[in-house]
Amino acid sequence: MVTLVETSDEAVEDVRDGATLLVGGFGLAGMPLELIDALIRQGAMGLTVVSNNAGNGDVGLAALLAAGRVRKMICSFPRQADSYVFDALYRARRIELEVVPQGTLVERMRAGGAGIGPFYCPTGAGTALAAGKEARVFGGREYVLEHPITADAALISAHRADAMGNLVYRKTARNFGPVMATAARLVIVQVTQVVPAGALDSEVIVTPGIYVDRVVRVQAAAVAAGTEC
Amino acid sequence: MSHVVCETAEHPDRPPLSMAELAQRVANDIPEKSYVNLGIGQPTQVADFLDPASGVVLHTENGMLGMGPTAVGEQIDRDLTNAGKVPVTEMPGAAYLSSADAFSMIRGGHLDICVLGAFQVSVEGDLANWHTGLPDAIPAVGGAMDLAIGAKQVFVMMTLFDKDGIPKLVSDCTYPITAFACVDRVYTDYAIFVFRSAGVQVEETYGCTVGELTQRLSLHLEHCSFR
Repeated sequence: MVTLVETSDEAVEDVRDGATLLVGGFGLAGMPLELIDALIRQGAMGLTVVSNNAGNGDVGLAALLAAGRVRKMICSFPRQADSYVFDALYRARRIELEVVPQGTLVERMRAGGAGIGPFYCPTGAGTALAAGKEARVFGGREYVLEHPITADAALISAHRADAMGNLVYRKTARNFGPVMATAARLVIVQVTQVVPAGALDSEVIVTPGIYVDRVVRVQAAAVAAGTEC
Repeated sequence: MSHVVCETAEHPDRPPLSMAELAQRVANDIPEKSYVNLGIGQPTQVADFLDPASGVVLHTENGMLGMGPTAVGEQIDRDLTNAGKVPVTEMPGAAYLSSADAFSMIRGGHLDICVLGAFQVSVEGDLANWHTGLPDAIPAVGGAMDLAIGAKQVFVMMTLFDKDGIPKLVSDCTYPITAFACVDRVYTDYAIFVFRSAGVQVEETYGCTVGELTQRLSLHLEHCSFR
């Protein structure tokens, strides 16, 4: 059952050293910046982080990386114009990297959250990213055996939560949130609005509250932002 | 969609296509009411040349169907970007998607066309566009492998030669492969290529003839003719 907590610090207080974390966002859209800042203050070390990217600029996931808290990144697209924090750590061999095709990354979490075991996926068949994985041909097409991902905790940013922990997202900031919410034992969500039960239209709830453990309200960021690439 | 293949059109007397002309040329080949994903980088430019009345719906793998043009000024919203993380706008009737849904659409064969950039394409239609394989390069695949195996048609948009003049249409890719035998059409500054089971046909040339291309690429290329 969901708990509404007062502060981001309280929300992440029991994330342990060595934990595997799912961190929402596609670039900065949907990245739970306040929860990550609280995690940096909290101090957990040796983390494995599953996220689409490996940090942008100096904030959020990039700041967590810069603080030396992450042992391994599992992501689809680490290298970007503004991924200099990750790039330096990687080149200094201070961080491990597992690159996963983006659709496979999210499907592995979906499987993890839905109780599905390893599954066959055609993406990447025969490529370097399938190296060492079992491959099988079905109906003349080659598929790669992929394993589910589950995690100790997920840090997600949504737009609005109700008192039941039901969530709605905003525009393309939705991205990985709904799937990550299913695939972690402890799901921590930051939102900009908390409304009473019944205030969200039951027909449009994206993440039902059963998946959500903690909700914290944060200040809404200024909507307009400079272009980040 | 069927491209009615007519005679190869050679334009040796005009200059090679500019990137904008290339984007226009790709846009012309996208049928009305198609669902299309434009890869990050050069393919994004194709959007500027799509007729708004064409009913083409743009998909972006970070989670949206019905993507509109690049956002400017007060339209810029940090929660609304394309897969290149550039702020964009939404078209009437747009839908937001979780990443799982965005990739079910891709892998499940629901997209009509994706347009991707490339380091290399082989005559077998193999695509290399995710990693140079160089020792200091940081690999980053994003949605490229999913798009290449999933879209009904894969269009590649690239310069025909790299900055050192080395051809990017090759007999075998030397860069790490994104997906095998997946490419349907390649749009370049010097020529447009169509990939068929029988081999690679040249549909149009710019600033050269098919004969000159065959020589420069050291590849066997076919003229298009009525089937």
